[in-house]
This record gives sequence, structure tokens and C-alpha cells, in this order.
Amino acid sequence: MIRYALTRLGLLVLGLAVASVLIFVSLRVLPGDVAQLIAGTESTPAQVEALRESLGLNTPLPVQYLDWVGGLLRGDLGTSLLTGAPVAAELGDKAQVTVPLGIMSLLVALVIGVPFGVLSAIRRGRADGTAVGVGAQALAAVPVVWAGMMLVVVFAVWLGWLPPQGFPRSGWADPAAALRALVLPALTIGVVEGAMLLRFVRSATLQAIGQDYVRTAAAKGLTRTRALLTHGLPNVGLSVITVLGLQIAGIVVGAVVIEQLFTLPGVGRMLVTDVATRDLPKVQGELLALTGFVLVVGFLVDLVHRLIDPRQREAS
Amino acid sequence: MSATDPRRDERASTPGARRRPGIRPARRSASRDRRRTLGRLWALGTGRFGIAVVAVVVLTALLSLVWTPFDPAAVDVRARWEGPSWPHLLGTEDNGRDILSLLMAGARTTVLVAVGAGLVATVVGLGLAALGALTPRWVREGVAVLVDILIAFPVLIIAMMISAVWGGSLWVVVWSVGIGFGVNIARVTRPELRRVLHSDFVLAGRASGLTGAQNLRRHLLPNVAPVFIVQLSWGMAVAVLAEAGLSYLGFGAPITQPSWGVLLSDLQSYIAVHPLTVVWPGLAITLTVLGLNLLGDALREASDPTLMPRTRAARTPVPEVIA
Repeated sequence: MIRYALTRLGLLVLGLAVASVLIFVSLRVLPGDVAQLIAGTESTPAQVEALRESLGLNTPLPVQYLDWVGGLLRGDLGTSLLTGAPVAAELGDKAQVTVPLGIMSLLVALVIGVPFGVLSAIRRGRADGTAVGVGAQALAAVPVVWAGMMLVVVFAVWLGWLPPQGFPRSGWADPAAALRALVLPALTIGVVEGAMLLRFVRSATLQAIGQDYVRTAAAKGLTRTRALLTHGLPNVGLSVITVLGLQIAGIVVGAVVIEQLFTLPGVGRMLVTDVATRDLPKVQGELLALTGFVLVVGFLVDLVHRLIDPRQREAS
Repeated sequence: MSATDPRRDERASTPGARRRPGIRPARRSASRDRRRTLGRLWALGTGRFGIAVVAVVVLTALLSLVWTPFDPAAVDVRARWEGPSWPHLLGTEDNGRDILSLLMAGARTTVLVAVGAGLVATVVGLGLAALGALTPRWVREGVAVLVDILIAFPVLIIAMMISAVWGGSLWVVVWSVGIGFGVNIARVTRPELRRVLHSDFVLAGRASGLTGAQNLRRHLLPNVAPVFIVQLSWGMAVAVLAEAGLSYLGFGAPITQPSWGVLLSDLQSYIAVHPLTVVWPGLAITLTVLGLNLLGDALREASDPTLMPRTRAARTPVPEVIA
């Protein structure tokens, strides 16, 4: 187990290194002159030169990269080009919206995906099972923006139960209002991600139903449902954990789009704004933070999977 | 779809190979097998649905080049926000443009993006898979680790990287989905390629004098094609979704171009007053993505020998080659 964890940790570090190089290279080297790009076409050569100096672009690229990585290791994600504010502080600020949003979305996805996935597998070939399966297939094809718009139309415009967009300016000082603001966005991401999870749970359950040990348990006198619940579902749970990493990555991506739709002051909206204004040092820090998060989640998911799956434990 | 085209076999055959009796039956069997796969695809309800949706979208895109009910760019302030009625079947939007015409013209963007992303994904995916399967061991393993790392990059993150530097355009969608999904294709195709590489019929091909390139074209590519085409179909679905999402964020199609994603974000400001208008572009995207997803599922089912026990023997070409 420890050997596996160390190997996996090595892969994580390698992954972070590759990610940082890719992000650094693509944002600095490829476009040619970053300073010119940032300053715009109407700048004077002197302005561009001053900008280049202040960005440290006159030093060789490997030195710039090492400077950046050195800063990262000290928790410094860089500073905004436009405001001069440190990226890490702002990221922590915005995470107060995005992290709860992500957790709520994940809960919605699990609540939809797991029970209905199992149900649609057990009731396969009957009207309800088929309906759930077809519904999930259709929902998984819905663009998340559109799902959000439709939910806004129903729950905010027609029924008036929830605010159509925005987040209370006082933040979490008013927990009820903040939660209310996050319900529709979380529902949007959760429904679409849940539909994908459902399809996965469905096929994992179908596989479990076909296993010899489930059939044997049924032959020994358990009802088919009980046999599946006690012997099949733990295995379904294991495979759900393996897709959890993908699900969380999907939620991060969904949050970028959905925070824009609901004008939530979160990490995703910050990234979109900074990409639009081409605040490259900031974008660089944010992209690395997001990819780093996805990579770390993948690492943790692998470790947990290894820990609780006895077959894998024995193998090592 | 050229890999599933039975005529390819004739073109691929060389006079030298034709004289060798051991190879012809295998080739004919592969072609028969592919035709059977297409037949099975059509026999599946999901396959029929997928093919129909893709055909409708492509034909609509082509039709919109010569005819749409109204000029999709024509502004008509007297006809703002008309409901679904004659002559505006799906109604009009804020500038009085006909929504049906905009949707039809938008299909062009969708097809372009899906095909473009598919091409990039093919080159990236098959390239990485080949690098990860056919090169010396140290290159191979390095590529495999790289693919494992790259797969963690969500398409949207790649899109953000590209648009931060080059600004938004449809190219962002094509490249981000192409690269992001190409890595996916590589991950699935590589083990398949390695499996086929070590199979007896490839060895037999080499023994009977095929060069590496001939072997690749005749035995390796046709055998990984099923796995690859399934992935491609799913990748194109991702491209259609990504176009909608990125155009909404302002990093995709320019607002002057008719596109389902742009239409969706145009209409979003008015959902409180005209909720029905938003339904149409969303439905168009959903149906297209659903069609591509189901087509991929059906392709997998139709080409998976383990799901059809009787055809399994027919798909195992080893005895035929050696006989």
C-alpha cells in the first residue's frame, strides 16, 4: 500500500510539474511578445518595454519559470496585472462561493445518480426502469447552460421560489440568503452531472446483477433484491468512487459556465473575466490552481479506492 | 467513415499480396464483417436514431447554404418577438430575425466544429496512440504517462488557455476539444493497438512479406477502427456541447456568426419575458448531442464481439489467415 501511495504521489508531482510547464509555456512562449499582447496595439514601444521590465520578461525563460514555481511553492500564485492584488488571496475569497456550490452540486448528483441508477438497472425492461434510463440519456446530452436557463424559467420566473441570479453582497453573513442563491446553480450542475453518474451506476449495477456470487446468494435463499443489496452494491459503490474524480472535474467545469449564468462571484467567473481581459499572470495562477485541484482529487480518489477495495489491497 | 467502407480493401490490396493465398480470405472476411457491423448498427434502435439525427443536422446545414425560410441576418424591427406562427414557424427574436432560419444556419457552425474537432482529435489521438504503442519501450512508457497526465486536463481548461492567448474564436473550440478528446482517444486506442500488434495475424502478415506501413494499413488500423470510431462519435458530441458552452462564455463563435451557442446566449437576456425562444436552440443542441452519443453507444454494441456470441468466431481471423 505504502509503495503504491508513493508511486502514485510521484505521478501526482509529475502531473503538477507537467501542468505547470504546459500552462507556463502556452501562456508565455507561444504568442510571441506577451508584453505587446497585454499592452495592446496602441501602446508606444517605451510602454511595452516598461511593461516587459516590470513583468520580468527580460530574464531568460527558464529563470522566469523557476521564479514562478518558487513563488508557487511559497503559496504565491502571482499578482494581477490590472490591480496588482495577489491572486491567492482573491482565489481564497472566491472559493467561498465555489466550494459550497461544488459540494452542493456533488450531493445533488449523488442523490440523483446512485438510487435512480440502481433502480433503472433493477427494473430494466419495465416501463419505469426504461423511462429513467432514457431520461438520463437525454439529460446527459443537455448543455449545462441551457439546463440552467430552463430551471430559471421554471423556479425563478414562473414559480418565483428562488432568485434567478446573484449572490448576497454580504456573503455568508446571511447564510439563508447565500444558500438560497446557490440552490438553482447547484441543481443545474447536479442534474446534468447526476445524469452522467446515473448511466454509470446503471451499467455497474447491471454488471453486478450478472455476477456469479449474486446468483449464488439468490440460489441460497436470499431474495434477488437482498442478494443484490448485500453482495452486488458494495461493488457498485467501488466503481462509483472511481468516477468520482471525473465527476468533480465535471463540476469544476460546470461551475465556470454556471457561475457566469447566475452571476455568482466564484472562481469560475473570476477565470472567465480574467481570460476576457487577458490578465495573463492571473490566468496562469488560476489555471494551475484548477488543474492542480483536479489532479489532487484524482490522486485522493485513487488512494481511497485502493484502501477500501480488498482485492486491490491484496494485489500490492 | 472511410475505415468502414468495404471498397477500401480493394484499394489497399497490392498485386503482391493478392498472389499470396493466405491473405485473401482474411481480407474478404474483414470486409464482410464490417458490412455486418453496419447492418447491426441499423438494426439497433439507438443506431437508427443516431444516424437519422446526424443526417438531419448535416442535410440542414447543407440546405441552409442555398435556402432558409428567411435571411438569417435580416433585421426586421416590425416583426420582433413574434410567437411560433406562419410564416415564422419558431417565432422571431429581439431584432426580428427568424429563429428557424438562424437555427438552420447555425447547424453549419455545429457541423464545422464537430468535423474540425474530430479531425484534430483523430490526428492527436491516433498519433499519440501510435507513439505509445509502436515506438521503443522508453518512448512508449513516457507517452503513456504523459497521456495519463494530460487526460486530467478538462477541455474547458484547455479552451481557457487557448483563448487567454489568442482570444475567442471557433478555433478555440476545435483545438481544445480536438486536443482534450484526442488524449482520450489515445488512452483507449493504445492498449487496443498493442493487443492487435501482438496478434498472430499481424505476425503472419509480416511473415508473408508485408512492410510495416502495409501491415499498419491492412491489419492494425482496421482492427482498432471500431474502438476509435466509437470514441470519435462521443468526441463530436463533446464538441457540440463545448461550442454551446464556450460561445456562451464569449470564447467561441463570434456573435456575428449564426451558431446555436451564440443564439442561446443572445436569448438568455430575455428569458423572463420570452422563455419559449430559448427552448429551440437548446433542443437543437440536445438532440444533436443525444444523436451522437447514441450513435457511439450503438457503434460500440454493433462492433463488440462479446455481445454477439455467434459472430465472435467470424471475427477471429487467425485460422483463416494461416489456413
